[in-house]
Amino acid sequence: MKQIRNFCIIAHIDHGKSTLADRLLEHTKTVGEREMTNQVLDDMDLEREKGITIKSKAIQMEYAMNGTTYIFNLIDTPGHVDFSYEVSRALAACEGALLLVDATQGIQAQTISNLYLAIDNNLEIIPVINKIDMDGAMIPEVKDQIVDLIGCKEEEILLASGKTGIGIEEILQAIVDRIPAPTGEVTAPLQALIFDSVFNSFRGIIAYYRVFNGTIKKGDKIKFINTGQTYYADEVGKLGIGLQPTKEVKAGDVGYIITGIKNAKEVKVGDTITLTENPGTSIKGFEEVKPMVFAGIFPVVTEDFEELRDCMDKLQLNDASLTYELETSQALGFGFRCGFLGLLHMEIIQERLEREFNQTVITTVPNVSFIAYTTRDEKIIVNNPGQMPETTKLDRIEEPFIRAQIITQSDYTGNIMTLCLSKRGTLTNQTYLTQTRVELTFEMPLTEIVFDFYDKLKSQTRGYASFDYTPLDYRASDIVKMDILLNNEKVDALSALIHRSRAQDFGRKLCEKLKELLPRQQFQIAIQAAIGAKIIARENISAMRKDVTAKCYGGDISRKRKLLEKQKEGKKRMRQIGNVEVPQEAFLAVLKLDE
Amino acid sequence: MVDSILLEARYRKDFFQQAPADTLILKTPPTISTIYFGGGTPSILPGDWIIQLIQTIKDLYPVEPAAEITLEANPDDITPNALEQWQTAGVNRLSIGVQSFIQEDLKWMNRAHTTSQAGNSVILAQQAGLSNISLDLIYGTPYLTDSLWLDNLKKANDLGVDHLSAYALTVEPRTALFKLIERGKIPPVDPEKQSRHFDLLMDWAGQNGFEHYEISNLSRPGHKSRHNSSYWQGLPYLGLGPSAHSYDGDVTRSWNIESNPLYIKILKQGNLALTEEKLSLENSINEMIMIQLRMLTGLDLLSFEQRFGKAAKDKLLELAEPAITSGQVICLQDHLRLTRKGKHFADHIAMELFV
Ligand SMILES: Nc1nc2c(ncn2[C@@H]2O[C@H](COP(=O)(O)OP(=O)(O)OP(=O)(O)O)[C@@H](O)[C@H]2O)c(=O)[nH]1
Ligand SMILES: [Mg+2]
Repeated sequence: MKQIRNFCIIAHIDHGKSTLADRLLEHTKTVGEREMTNQVLDDMDLEREKGITIKSKAIQMEYAMNGTTYIFNLIDTPGHVDFSYEVSRALAACEGALLLVDATQGIQAQTISNLYLAIDNNLEIIPVINKIDMDGAMIPEVKDQIVDLIGCKEEEILLASGKTGIGIEEILQAIVDRIPAPTGEVTAPLQALIFDSVFNSFRGIIAYYRVFNGTIKKGDKIKFINTGQTYYADEVGKLGIGLQPTKEVKAGDVGYIITGIKNAKEVKVGDTITLTENPGTSIKGFEEVKPMVFAGIFPVVTEDFEELRDCMDKLQLNDASLTYELETSQALGFGFRCGFLGLLHMEIIQERLEREFNQTVITTVPNVSFIAYTTRDEKIIVNNPGQMPETTKLDRIEEPFIRAQIITQSDYTGNIMTLCLSKRGTLTNQTYLTQTRVELTFEMPLTEIVFDFYDKLKSQTRGYASFDYTPLDYRASDIVKMDILLNNEKVDALSALIHRSRAQDFGRKLCEKLKELLPRQQFQIAIQAAIGAKIIARENISAMRKDVTAKCYGGDISRKRKLLEKQKEGKKRMRQIGNVEVPQEAFLAVLKLDE
Repeated sequence: MVDSILLEARYRKDFFQQAPADTLILKTPPTISTIYFGGGTPSILPGDWIIQLIQTIKDLYPVEPAAEITLEANPDDITPNALEQWQTAGVNRLSIGVQSFIQEDLKWMNRAHTTSQAGNSVILAQQAGLSNISLDLIYGTPYLTDSLWLDNLKKANDLGVDHLSAYALTVEPRTALFKLIERGKIPPVDPEKQSRHFDLLMDWAGQNGFEHYEISNLSRPGHKSRHNSSYWQGLPYLGLGPSAHSYDGDVTRSWNIESNPLYIKILKQGNLALTEEKLSLENSINEMIMIQLRMLTGLDLLSFEQRFGKAAKDKLLELAEPAITSGQVICLQDHLRLTRKGKHFADHIAMELFV
């Protein structure tokens, strides 16, 4: 056990975690030259396409130093704000963390928030300034920032480049020297903490765990303490590039287990694995994940609901941060109200459903979770506009607020102030980190930042601002339900919850956008936005007068058939609401208002 | 160019022998019953080339003695001299691209010929004894009022032609017309007006003894275009020349490369410039729906069922239900037909009925 080191790599988004991981894997010959690609751990299609890490990855390496071979269990974590939950799960399985800071960017918002998470978990922190090969590297400044932030000595900060490989050896040595070996009793009752799980269509569910005490062996009869279920350990092993079966995994180490479980709900991340014989106690579980935004997901074709349910179950096992419950919509039928960590997460779930599970789905207008109090003082959690009580029965509504931390160059303070005030924010703190870098703290409604805040922030500061947020509390607010009517028929799936001061403008833009997205039909379509009975915006789509092409001779036949077949495919992705055909993307029109 | 087309005619002389004979709704005719020179303005070709082309085809293929041989011609290419050569070649039907008898309208369409050429060309052809004539007319254009459209139809009728192809002008993206309209240089087309002119056309046809036998084709009894009808009956056809399309009467459609120089080069090298497409079952079903719905006779449910099975037919009828309810399609004597209202939306309805 003395030779084991469990650590993760944490940083602000894009500061080079996955690239540095590549070098560590290369240097320790965990991955052969031929298998090596850039960001080799980002193995999901979506990760490679978007160039970001979505899911944290665990991998084991061996490193020889002074005649001793060490076992490193590395977890690469995602940097995007939406996935800070993934980071917190990874941290619980480790004794140390490499905290990377991009030499050209310095400390950013997630550097700070991830650092605090690591400190909360009592991890040994190794600060690394990364990307020092770049022209814009500001090594002395960034050193100062780090010393200020974590109170370390300057000499403790390592310099590296994940691109060129500078400093990799020093990092590997520091891992051995500075990160404590795990403690725990190999012979004590088994306590293994599940920190991740994936679904494999051949093998069922594969759970990743960190053994804190005891030993888990192939063939053991095991128990998941929180769910109370028992299984046999069909296979245990370590996580190399791919799964590597072993006879046992001992205290201090990280491994996987396959039990033949097929049902997603049986494996809970945060649960503790023990043996049925001489069982251990539950390790303190992780914080339950808190979804930030909610949206409906419905099958495009109503009959596909059961299939979708199946896929959601599987996806949830792969992504424990996804929550969902059954929802019915008048317009869309049966589907799910899903909770997401943020809009990126929502987009990823939708894309994964489409690509990995071959489901065509409709995603509806996202919203945050409100609390409504009725006149009889009942408290109702409103995750869906449909759950909002009628105005006559409504006493008051509260909406979630967050604390937003923005780090920027002082030149942009003015722009950021204007932006945040327009988003109903109030400035609560302003700290100069250096003479030119300032940290601004705002209290703002969550609903204002989930939509287009991040893009606006980037454009207002030319990218020189980073942003992080933490939930604060619920506050009384004048939220109204805005409905959309198509030919006078209310479309529940398009309703939105919005602050009264925003409703008019929002309604107008949404109607305009829908006008663009809805195909013309043989009759006029009226698009209206309404609050209660009051119409606040309206657009018309005039009737299609004709749809017939003149000629249909020799070569026209193929061309025209292909054109119409394409239209037909598009139509299969539409939903009929009343007499109006609504394409899939129209339900998310609200996210495209500024395009 | 003509050399290359002649080469292609030679290379592909077994085309109709390969066509499977019995898979069709109608039997593959063992002989060639129609020849058509189209796809632009073949009338600008020197007359002796046309003679040569037709002669070669007759030498290579079993052309029926009474075959319909049509030439597409611009009014300004029609001269007594040209007519004589065409007739010598064996052309017995003309499709004249008159488009309109209104000067302003012709100018908007950027046509080379004048109003008087439009009328005279027909008379010249008739005087030469080439009286099997079809006129192309275009409606719904900006300067064509309702009454001017009716004037155009009357003029065609007065000239005594027995066949009309009437098209609503579609402005294709990336064309000169499209750009002019986009830049506001000329007025755009008005779909409302096109739809109205289409109605006027249908009324006029009924009152003047023309049968509206296909969405854009009308004829007096006995004067349908035999050539075009064969496209719609699913008969095999061989297309020669750049971008010409061929169909084997079964599941293979093929077409020549578009570029003239490349076509010439490839043929001269002794190769064919063809791209081929195999129709899936769905493609074939969709084609039949799309084509037959456009015809007055409608979509023949019995032959549909015979070819694609009962399940496909039932599915088709289920998909047709809304259009029947809304009065755009009627189901009569085992045929699905577009109603007058439905004809305005033929493409849309076909799409709805696609599998
Ligand atoms: N010049 C230079 N570029 C680097 C270095 N490390 C990473 N990059 C580049 O920075 C970008 C982000 O690198 P990643 O390794 O994906 O960053 P990450 O921190 O894993 O990103 P997330 O997982 O999305 O938070 C990529 O374009 C890398 O090529 C480095 O040391 N030098
Ligand atoms: Mg990464």
